[in-house]
Amino acid sequence: MATTAERQSPPGQPDGSASYRGGRERPAGGLELWSWLFMRISGIVLLFLAVGHVLIMHVFGGGVSRVDFKFVELRWQSPFWRTWDWMLLSLALIHGVNGLRSVTMDYVTKPGWRFAVNMVFYVITFVLFFLGTVIVFTFNPANFPQT
Amino acid sequence: MGSYAGRETVAKKKSDFGTLYKGHEGQWTWIAHRVTGVAIILFLFAHVVDTAVIGWGPEAYNRVLSVYQNWGVRLLELGLVAAVLFHAINGVRIMIIDFWPSATRYNRQLLYGTVGLFVASMIPITWIMGKDILELAGVLH
Repeated sequence: MATTAERQSPPGQPDGSASYRGGRERPAGGLELWSWLFMRISGIVLLFLAVGHVLIMHVFGGGVSRVDFKFVELRWQSPFWRTWDWMLLSLALIHGVNGLRSVTMDYVTKPGWRFAVNMVFYVITFVLFFLGTVIVFTFNPANFPQT
Repeated sequence: MGSYAGRETVAKKKSDFGTLYKGHEGQWTWIAHRVTGVAIILFLFAHVVDTAVIGWGPEAYNRVLSVYQNWGVRLLELGLVAAVLFHAINGVRIMIIDFWPSATRYNRQLLYGTVGLFVASMIPITWIMGKDILELAGVLH
């Protein structure tokens, strides 16, 4: 288990060797190893979910110009897209907040501040996960009949 | 030892002396990975909220989306797409090095491959999204 004062991802070893590595050193074990593994496994899934989402919604087929209520209503008629969006929501949030944790480990050195900053990110993540999950699974266009 | 000799040549590189941030290419991609990652998660925080507005009906949701009818916002959107793509491609490079340590031998090739793939994919994307941006800015009609 890494001590709280330890840098997690040094930009380079004194001899310059680690400067060729992109990622964080593989932790020896425990929760940190699981977190390290999670980043890589969720990264592979997000490679398809996030890049696919960005290309479909923001680049091709007219991009964001053609997105409106009607568009999402049609899109979410399919459980496939609801599942896609919910998985993207969950994995991107957890992958992102875990990345932010790495960043605070590197730059926020006072233990109290580090705890506080991480807590803020965890609470934001939890609230947004809850909000997003409720909307993805309960959205029903019949609630808005005038459209 | 052979590996030691390899490190010697690395340490003698010109970039080790007097540059702003002892920049081997790997350190720049490390910074870029971190900056794009933080940018994406901060955007995501906002994006979950704006998408959730759909639960409050078409009027509210369409009003939120009208934010995108602005060339400055579209420029940021292009930046977001670039950030996601770079983070994704560089992430693959990181995993290759992590899971196949022998690939370290081809580090330079992997690094330039990452940058090359990123730039190559951004050319058509900038073309596609750029047309909308210029139209909104009133440059193109």
